[in-house]
Formats: sequence, structure tokens, C-alpha cells
Amino acid sequence: MKNLFYYRDKYVRSQPSAFCPGCGGGIILNCFLRAIDDLGLDQDKILAVSGIGCTAWIPSPNFNGDTLHTTHGRAIAFATGAKAFNPELTTVVFTGDGDGAGIGGNHLIHAARRNIDLKVILVNNMSYAMTGGQIAPTTMHGETTVTSPYGNPEFPFDITQLVRAAGASYVAKWSTYHVIELTNAIKEALQHKGFSFIEILSQCPTQQRRIFNLRGPLDTLPPRILDMFMESTYNRNRETKGGYLYAVPKTDVKKVLEQARGLGEAKIDDHMGYGQVVRVDNPDTETLRSKLESFNEVSYVADHMEKKIELGLFEKYDRPELTESLQEIIRRARSEQ
Amino acid sequence: MLKPGRHLALGNIACAEGAIRAGCRFFAGYPITPASEISHHISGELPKVGGIFMQMEDEIASIASIIGASWAGAKSMTATSGPGYDLMMENVGYAHMTETPLVLVNVQRSGPSTGQSTDPSQQDIYQAKYGSHGDYEVIAITPWSVQEMFDLTVRAFNLAETYRTPVMLMSDGLIAHIKEKLIVPEKVEIVNRKKPTSMDCTPWGTDDPSGVPEMPAFGEGHRLLVTGSTHRPDGVRNFAPEYHQKIVYRIRDKILNAEPKIRDIHTEHIDDAKIAVLSFGASARPSIEAVEQARKQGIKAGLYRLKTIWPFPEDPVRELADQVDTIIVVEMNVGKLVKEVERVVCGKANVVSLGKVGGQLPYAHEVLDIIRRNNQ
Repeated sequence: MKNLFYYRDKYVRSQPSAFCPGCGGGIILNCFLRAIDDLGLDQDKILAVSGIGCTAWIPSPNFNGDTLHTTHGRAIAFATGAKAFNPELTTVVFTGDGDGAGIGGNHLIHAARRNIDLKVILVNNMSYAMTGGQIAPTTMHGETTVTSPYGNPEFPFDITQLVRAAGASYVAKWSTYHVIELTNAIKEALQHKGFSFIEILSQCPTQQRRIFNLRGPLDTLPPRILDMFMESTYNRNRETKGGYLYAVPKTDVKKVLEQARGLGEAKIDDHMGYGQVVRVDNPDTETLRSKLESFNEVSYVADHMEKKIELGLFEKYDRPELTESLQEIIRRARSEQ
Repeated sequence: MLKPGRHLALGNIACAEGAIRAGCRFFAGYPITPASEISHHISGELPKVGGIFMQMEDEIASIASIIGASWAGAKSMTATSGPGYDLMMENVGYAHMTETPLVLVNVQRSGPSTGQSTDPSQQDIYQAKYGSHGDYEVIAITPWSVQEMFDLTVRAFNLAETYRTPVMLMSDGLIAHIKEKLIVPEKVEIVNRKKPTSMDCTPWGTDDPSGVPEMPAFGEGHRLLVTGSTHRPDGVRNFAPEYHQKIVYRIRDKILNAEPKIRDIHTEHIDDAKIAVLSFGASARPSIEAVEQARKQGIKAGLYRLKTIWPFPEDPVRELADQVDTIIVVEMNVGKLVKEVERVVCGKANVVSLGKVGGQLPYAHEVLDIIRRNNQ
């Protein structure tokens, strides 16, 4: 087991971090560095490309290899040129949800269509965080942001499904809670030949406080958001256990907790789909449901799978990769001369 | 590729042929008339020399990918027209800030907006100079013939590599779409970017009087920090005023100080001229015709054709103003370069504008008419 200093000294340029306290960016950098180290990749042959936004700062200037920090939304297009001309470069794009799915959405789907061998790590914090927390194409319906004070009137993209439909040959989705799974996914993507896409739900204590209406001291937020990611997601490649329900409060979650005590193990949880809820664990969910529904403080009783976000490996298959096709064109053109 | 020797060729094809001979090995573009034939031709020819052609999803991706390819070590180019040129402007600024050599061909068409797509114009000359936000200095060159579409494309690459900067080849729909004589030389002179002499090179700073730093490529172990943010000579982002001032002045001065070498002026009958017709690109074609006719009528007229409009050749134009009484500026727009001429001449000669819009060249008789009216 290598310690953190090993990764820092070998792969990180020494300078102060630009991230807010509790940002998910550091976790993702950590997973990425462990992945390239485990695979024994030469850091001098890795090109990290990024655009504009907090995510762009994950590799630039931190990663001690070649970095190309570009304009807003265009990282994939820049990376396409570098990779197409020099296929020897392991080219990894770090992009945010605004950068990659908003302003840069067109480049994202076209790169997936081409199946060019880029590894795209899309960090989704569900807002334009660097510019102050505006609604992004990933912000959920109804959420409050600085540009949706009455709630977001729009619906978000499911970026993973979008990129999958566009033709990406490796697609996975994880969160900053799932560091082992994420590190393994990055390793799989690095070894896959073709357009590889990993969406990562990431915490932003600075902006998600407003989006998810999280009250409480600032330093409690990062672990709370990580717990929320755990609570609100499930691994599609594994069977879910169940045996619990969520009671969504009408107004006061604490009153629901009082009423629910005695029905099983009850606690207050943050849930991405419902806000603050009371989770009650009891294998007899039928009885539990009828009792919770009878409480006057409960507005809705949700099944353990309702509004949960699907994570895991979505796609992994082989089809002709662009840089190989381009080299084949060169061979054909030369032989016809 | 065309064999060395004499050909009847389309302007756009001459451009593509020149690019390959200059060493272009990466081209990305998006279809747009009247620039498309460059893509048509180069998509067939580049792979034969081991180069990559890519048709991108839009013009933004086109210029982004050629910047990426340039840092991966390629001489790279894209070609477009007005609307696509607009879309490229943000990344033109990025290329200036990161000092990325590339060639951007703008086959100008008549605007604003869709305008008279796809009739020729020379309306984008200030966009070439000022199109992206912030301060920078551009090199823009203006061919007037199919032969120059070849020769000046080669020169565009050489200038881009010499000064580590984007170069604008400001063609137009007329030069792009005429067929005329092209002589392909046996060999062209090629310049390559300065490669690092050591592993401690500073890719964005130099003590060299040229102001042009060495340029490593990705994958060579330099662990580059290429960024459009204000950066130190080693690439580390730093917004301190002194770093910003240093880089902005250096990327400006490396072009302005080299202006005498970059300048490229073609003159006819100018030695004893009292009336100079100053023009560039396609509109210099009726201008030379008008000058010849004026000479036949005993008027001391001469042609002063700029093959490089930016950086503007201030000293030579000032000397011209000392010599002649009148400078007539002929161009296919409402009168744009004339403002630069007026600024430089500063009242030392009479400056007259002949600008024409409508997707047409000025007629030779229109130019002659102005020559005669100014001949007292």
C-alpha cells in the first residue's frame, strides 16, 4: 500500500490547492493518480486536457504531466486534434457538467460517435459552480439556484445515457463516495480502446448547500453530501437489498422522526430526490408502509428504489476506433500511389 | 499532389497544394462555401504524405483541434469563410495567448451574416486583426492570384512557425474560385518551429531578442502547462500584473518588431508616381488594370499592393505619402483599410477611398475614374 505522499510527490506539482474545502476535485484527482500508477502508465505520455470550470483545475496545474487547459466547452475538440495526430498520447479529458454537457455538449456527442480513444471524465456537481451556482443542464427539476429562485423550470440531461446513445464504447457512472469503484472504472477506461466516458457525481459544499437546501455548519457538508450520494444511488450491476422505506415530511422532518420511532431503526437522511427524509429500516415493509402513511406529518412514503440514481458500468464493447481508422486511411492512400 | 511544373488550377486547390508542401500534416475543417474545395483536395492528398484530415462538427472544433494538433507537433491548418470565422474567434485568442503556430484561411464572403453567400468580399480584414478579445498582434496576408494562393500559403506556414503565432490567410471568394496559371516549383523553402535545446526550456518566455520562445510538443517529457490564462514563462498560471504585462507586450512586440521582415509589398510604376493606388487581394486586379490605362493616358499612377496587411507596413506607407500627392485605397468593403492608411499618412498626402460592396470587384473604369479626378 502506497501512502498519499507517494502519489503527491510523484504526480502532483507542488502548489497550494485552488479547490474550496471539501471539494470533490481532490478525490477525483486521487482516484485518477492511483489508476495510472496501478497500471504503470508513463506520466510523460499522458496528456490531460480540460476546459473552463472547477473541474478543469483537477489536472491543471496539479497533474505533473502534459496539460492543455483550453477554452470553455472545447476540451474534447482540442484533445481530438492532439490524439488524432499523435495516437501514442494517452489523452484524458476532465470536464464539468456545464463545460461538457452544456456549452460543449456538441463536441461530447460527436467524439462519442467517432469512438476516438479519449478518456472523458465528466464531473457532475449539478450546477455551474465556479461562476456562482447557476442552473446547469444537469440541475434537477424544481431545484433552487441563483438563476432559478422559484425552482428550476427545466429538466436535466441524463448525460450517461446521452453519451451511451451517441456511441461511446465504454460508459460508467460513479460518485465521489464510490472511490474504489471509480478508481477501477478509470483503470478500465484507460485500458479500453475507444471513446471512454465516466460520469462522476461530485460534491460541491459551496453551491450544493443551496441546491439541496442543506442546513448546518459548513464543515459538516462534505461528508453529508457523500452520504447523500450513497443514499440516493444504487449499483446497477448488483442486487439491491431493500428492507427500508423513506418517509417524506410535509414540513418538519424532526416531527416525522418522533412519530416513526419504534417502527424500526429510524434516522434523518439527505436524499437527492426528496430532500431531508426519515429512513426507517424494517424488513416488514408492508406493515411499515401502512403505519407511516397513517402519520399526519408524512406527505409521502417512498420505496427504497424510488428516485434513486443508477450507477455502475453501462457499456463496454469494441468497435472500430477513430485513430486506427485514420492510420488505415494513410496506409491505403500510400499503397494506391 | 500536382507535379512540379505548369498547371491550370483553382485558387483553393493551389492553397491546399501549398499547405502540403509547406509541411501541413493536420487539417480540420467544417464545410462552408467558398472554402470547401480546400477540404475536398486536402482530404485526398494529406493521407498520401502521412497527414491527418478531419471533418469536425463545427468551426469551433476545427480550430480547437488544430491547436491541439499543433501542440502535438503538427503543422496544422483550417479553412473557412465569414460565419465560420466568427465562430473561431475565441480560440484564435487562445492560440495567441498560448503562442500556437497555425494557419487559418478565411475565404472571405459578403456579409454581414449570411449576406450574399457566397460572393466575394474583403470585409473581414479588421476581424482578422481585432476579432478576438484582448490585446494581440496578428499576421494577415492577402493573395491576389492562384499562384499566390500557393506561394503565400507556404509563406503563411513559415511565418507561423518562425513567430509561433496564428497566421491569417485572407483570401476571398473570387481568388478561391478562379482557375488560372499555377507554377508548382520543384522545391519550396520551409521553416520549422524552434525545438527546445534543453529540458529546462521555458515555452512562454525567452531572452532571445526575437521574443519567440522554443516550442516543445506533448509527449516529449516537458510536462507542459499550456493555458489560456496569464502564465509565467514556465506555464504556471499567475495573474500578477507584471506577468500579464510581460506576456501581452511580448506577443505583440515579437510581431511588431519583425514587421520589416514580415512586410511584403508589390509595386508597379511607383517610382515616379504622383497617384498611388493602394490595394490588396482581388481588388488589386482591377487596380493594376486602371493604373496601366492611366499610364497610357499620361497620368503618373502606380500600384502599391500589400501582400501583408497586418502588421500594417507603416514606414513604407509613410514614405509613399512623402512621394505621392494622392493615395487611392481600393477594397471590397465600405472602406476599411483606408482608415489605417489615413492614420499612418496623417495628412501628408490626400487619401481617397474606393470601397465597393455588393459581392463585386470594383471595375477598372471606376478606379480609373477616381485616378483621373485626382489628377490635377
